[in-house]
Amino acid sequence: MISLQNIEKVYRTNTVETLALNSISLDIAKGEFLSIMGPSGCGKSTLLNIMGLLDQPSKGAIKIADQKTDHLSDKQLANFRNQKLGFIFQSYHLINDLQVLDNVELPLLYRSGSAKERRKLATEALEKVGLANRIKHFPNQLSGGQKQRVAIARAIVGRPEIILADEPTGNLDSAMGNEIMDILMQLNQKDGTTIVMVTHDENMAHKTHRLVRLFDGSQVQ
Amino acid sequence: MLKNYFKIAIAVLRRRKFFTFISLFGISFTLTILLVLTAFIDKVVGDSYPDRKRDRSLYVSRIQLSMKDGRSSGPASFYLFDHYGRSLKTPVKVGISSGFNGTNTYVNNKKIAVNYKYTNGDYWDIMEYDFTEGKAFTKQQIDNADKVAVISEDMKREYFGDVPSVVGKYIEADNVKYRVTGVVKSVPITSYMVYSDIYLPYTVAKTDFRKDKSYQGGFFGVFLANSSADVPKMHAEYEDMINRLPMPRKEVIKIYSHADPYIRSYVDAGDEQHSGITIAITAISIFALLVMLLPTLNLVNINITRIMERSSEIGVRKAFGASSGTLVYQFIVENIILTLLGGLIGVILSVVALQVLNGANLIPNLVLTLNFTVLGIGLLICFFFGLLSGVYPAWRMSKLNVVTALKAQ
Repeated sequence: MISLQNIEKVYRTNTVETLALNSISLDIAKGEFLSIMGPSGCGKSTLLNIMGLLDQPSKGAIKIADQKTDHLSDKQLANFRNQKLGFIFQSYHLINDLQVLDNVELPLLYRSGSAKERRKLATEALEKVGLANRIKHFPNQLSGGQKQRVAIARAIVGRPEIILADEPTGNLDSAMGNEIMDILMQLNQKDGTTIVMVTHDENMAHKTHRLVRLFDGSQVQ
Repeated sequence: MLKNYFKIAIAVLRRRKFFTFISLFGISFTLTILLVLTAFIDKVVGDSYPDRKRDRSLYVSRIQLSMKDGRSSGPASFYLFDHYGRSLKTPVKVGISSGFNGTNTYVNNKKIAVNYKYTNGDYWDIMEYDFTEGKAFTKQQIDNADKVAVISEDMKREYFGDVPSVVGKYIEADNVKYRVTGVVKSVPITSYMVYSDIYLPYTVAKTDFRKDKSYQGGFFGVFLANSSADVPKMHAEYEDMINRLPMPRKEVIKIYSHADPYIRSYVDAGDEQHSGITIAITAISIFALLVMLLPTLNLVNINITRIMERSSEIGVRKAFGASSGTLVYQFIVENIILTLLGGLIGVILSVVALQVLNGANLIPNLVLTLNFTVLGIGLLICFFFGLLSGVYPAWRMSKLNVVTALKAQ
């Protein structure tokens, strides 16, 4: 589903050159739930961003769903992300000015479809994460766990084949974290969604199919 | 999608109320100034009372004598119009009137400031004053130098009080008593070529204007053609006449004076090489540009700050499929919503400002109104503001790297 070949990421300033990722090659199968672990600053999030086409590698090639992505224009990349990928962030990144339902609808705004259809899909996604009764709420009226569930609903509303989650339980206590993890596992098992999750939590990581460890930008496991 | 943009635009406006206030104040205040100013200009140059034959009239407001070491410019003389102007073939009438002069008169020991002007007979044939009673003095009365006068409604009220009729009564100005022949609806002072409190025959003046043979004096001329098709011919004929005028003194090397359409005559600068209308339009354009530029720059600045505050949202939208172009569109739409809102407030403020100005009666008889053309221009200006102040911040923001945008929360 996702194929990374010799991915390298170098950050350059006028005086310093930092190697964030060093020759990472990784193949992730369709329907796989993979976790990425490693100490802070080892390049986990950078790798996830590159997989999500949010950032470009300095070297190497990425293939997602059998499509090469290195020559896609800004518009094509945006469309590709919209159709194939869903994102969950550690700090939720909900738009506080919009109600829960509007937040969840957001990926659908960049597709064709009626407002009624968007509403229906967003309500279904919220039902899936158990928040159908909160559609009129604003993000700042929700708890951390609820916010992350809204973020999951937003990630799945467009029915993407891949979900990329960057420390989705990082800001939550263990009970809330487990709830979120259960939802992700359900999505993986029931819907066959491919999930790549960056985490610091060994317990969470061990619940996934495969664990990849990074250290100083290199893959060590 | 537009509904979503609208929701977020309103939410953003409500989020930082002080910024919103500054933005809306900038737009609405600027627009109010422009609308009031245009309403004023529209009234001054657009109000055709009593001058309703503008389509077939040409106006002479100035004459300029150019000399080697300078120039002298001002209104023309009675003699120029009476002797040379009336000799032209195309004009069917030549209305001549002096600029208004001020004096004081007393009624029951109460001082009243009075403006009076002198006119010839054609003036009353060209101008269509609304007479509330009586009529204009006749050519015969002018020739006889009868001490007669036409007065304005305001003058009637002030001088005679609330009486039904004053025709036949006497009004005193400059220690001379004049018999009132008619009362006309008042004209605002901004229509300076036709405004006065008292209109008198030119023959009753203490100076005999016919004897002063210089070209410069204190008079305006209105040349009336038979039809609007004759106006260009009349213009050319006047130019030709001016070019053939004998030089009044040896120092004078060139004489400039033009018979122009009404608006152009307002800004006539004498020498067409340095046309008054060009100067006026340039000056007004620069002024309007500067007036518009300040709030636009202010808006650009505020918009950049506002948009950068929303970098997390930009990151999320990009991650979930918004292209740079889509984001530019969104932010421009939001900005247009903001400016149209400012525009709406501006229009309301303008209506209030015009009512206050009219109520204060700063310029008697000048009733400013907001017309639909001005309103349309105002809304177009708002739209232009929205685009101008939204494009650059939106473009800058759309280039933001997604990862950087998401980290900036």
